[in-house]
Amino acid sequence: MAENSSEMHSPGPIISRREALQATAGAVALAALPLQSAAATSSPAGVSSVMAVSMTVNGRAHTLTVDPRQSILDVLRETLDLPGTKKGCNQGACGACTILVDGKRIVSCLTLASMHDGAEIQTIEGLEKDGELHPLQAAFVEHEGLQCGFCTSGQIMSGLGCIAEGHARSPDEIQFWMSGNICRCGAYPGIVAAVADAAERS
Amino acid sequence: MFPFTLEKAGSTEAAIAAAATGARYIAGGTTLVDLMRDEVERPERLVDINRLPLGGIRLEGEDLVIGALARMAEVAADSDVQRLQPLIAESLIEGASPQLRNMASMGGNMLQRVRCPYFRMLDVGCNKRTPGSGCAAIDGLNAGHAILGTSDHCVATHPSDVAVALVALDAAMRVQGPQGERSFPVEELFRLPGDTPHLEHTLLPGELIVEIRVPGGPYALRARYLKVRDRASYEFALVSAAAALAIEDGVIREARIAAGGVGTRPWRLRACEAALAGRKPDRQAFEEAAQLATEGVRPLHHNAFKVALLPRTIVRALQMAGEVA
Repeated sequence: MAENSSEMHSPGPIISRREALQATAGAVALAALPLQSAAATSSPAGVSSVMAVSMTVNGRAHTLTVDPRQSILDVLRETLDLPGTKKGCNQGACGACTILVDGKRIVSCLTLASMHDGAEIQTIEGLEKDGELHPLQAAFVEHEGLQCGFCTSGQIMSGLGCIAEGHARSPDEIQFWMSGNICRCGAYPGIVAAVADAAERS
Repeated sequence: MFPFTLEKAGSTEAAIAAAATGARYIAGGTTLVDLMRDEVERPERLVDINRLPLGGIRLEGEDLVIGALARMAEVAADSDVQRLQPLIAESLIEGASPQLRNMASMGGNMLQRVRCPYFRMLDVGCNKRTPGSGCAAIDGLNAGHAILGTSDHCVATHPSDVAVALVALDAAMRVQGPQGERSFPVEELFRLPGDTPHLEHTLLPGELIVEIRVPGGPYALRARYLKVRDRASYEFALVSAAAALAIEDGVIREARIAAGGVGTRPWRLRACEAALAGRKPDRQAFEEAAQLATEGVRPLHHNAFKVALLPRTIVRALQMAGEVA
């Protein structure tokens, strides 16, 4: 008791929000393990319920063992420790999990990792080069294309796709072609301005 | 999500053999993965068909042939599609979001399941999901539901936009299955719900859509797709209309009209088409023809507005088609 209370009051090491979340996630993952393996054994007999997948993420090659049910989103966040890609609705409606697969913008929540052996993946973590923000990231800062920031990585990845497709020639066109990305804060004017600006400079 | 195993088919024959023994086809996965996560769909085996040589778009004489694995975005951006069948490109771009259009295949688009919210709620009745469990939509929130082709067992609309265009354009699909190959009009893929709403299409067990063939026609270039919805993009249709006109010497020779958002399947409107033949393409002709679209409607508590919106949407789509230079 006494030890506990003294520990609570002692100035401990400073833990970031991410580290705290990871510690919690670890506990949850451990707790979930028996359930997962129980589920796996109920698969049709004779067929392995895990699969080997190779993918390149932001230029780095990875070989992973995945459950066929895992989305690329979950693999990025939980296996590869790349939490910049966000899980919003997890049903393909909000766009927060947008990444580029083989150069095309897709929603990673509805994309099974097991179906993308050999894929070339780009996430928000791969945009910064030598400490310099990508021009579209810098444009989001300059035009305040965000408020809470949760949708931002998806907006930026989708914006890259939008510009690459040639659909960023006017504010109206950007609105239409960015409509797969929802911003609950309503930062749309800044988002459109940022994409327009970056498109003009690219 | 319930556990499943995933097989990767190396040939069309292997894919069909897997499906014939109980595996479900998966291509883009935008419908299936979502429904599996909600546990509405619980396949034990999936067969990934993405490596099959069923993609691409080609011209055969006047026909545009779209591979079943071609993605919605790829078809919409194709220069032959835009040049020869602009209705298909327009209807595709009005559907889903850019991300989903990069993922979803044309074959999967045809077979996508309904967006009725009750279909996804495991704790309420849905005859489509669980035959005999009732239909929560009939007395529920049904503003988005169908007014045509409904039954006392199901009132869900077919959600595809491009299917509306394909039905208007008399497109055909080629399928391959354990018993061989066959072709039939896209319109015949879709079943009315009747008292078996869990049976949505006419494919035989194990059959795989391999391509969609769109014939050319004198109306193909003067064709527009109008989608009326709650927001300007990335939303399902309240009402949509595909309209195509062949006009010669100031007179309509042939019309093609189909509607979305109102029917339990993409809804071809042949009575409206017939009423336009021989008429001048003016507002009066369009309005008289459009009135025929609502024959047999069965509005529900919240969707009676569609009875008025449907003819108006058709008139506007016909005007837009008539204005194509």
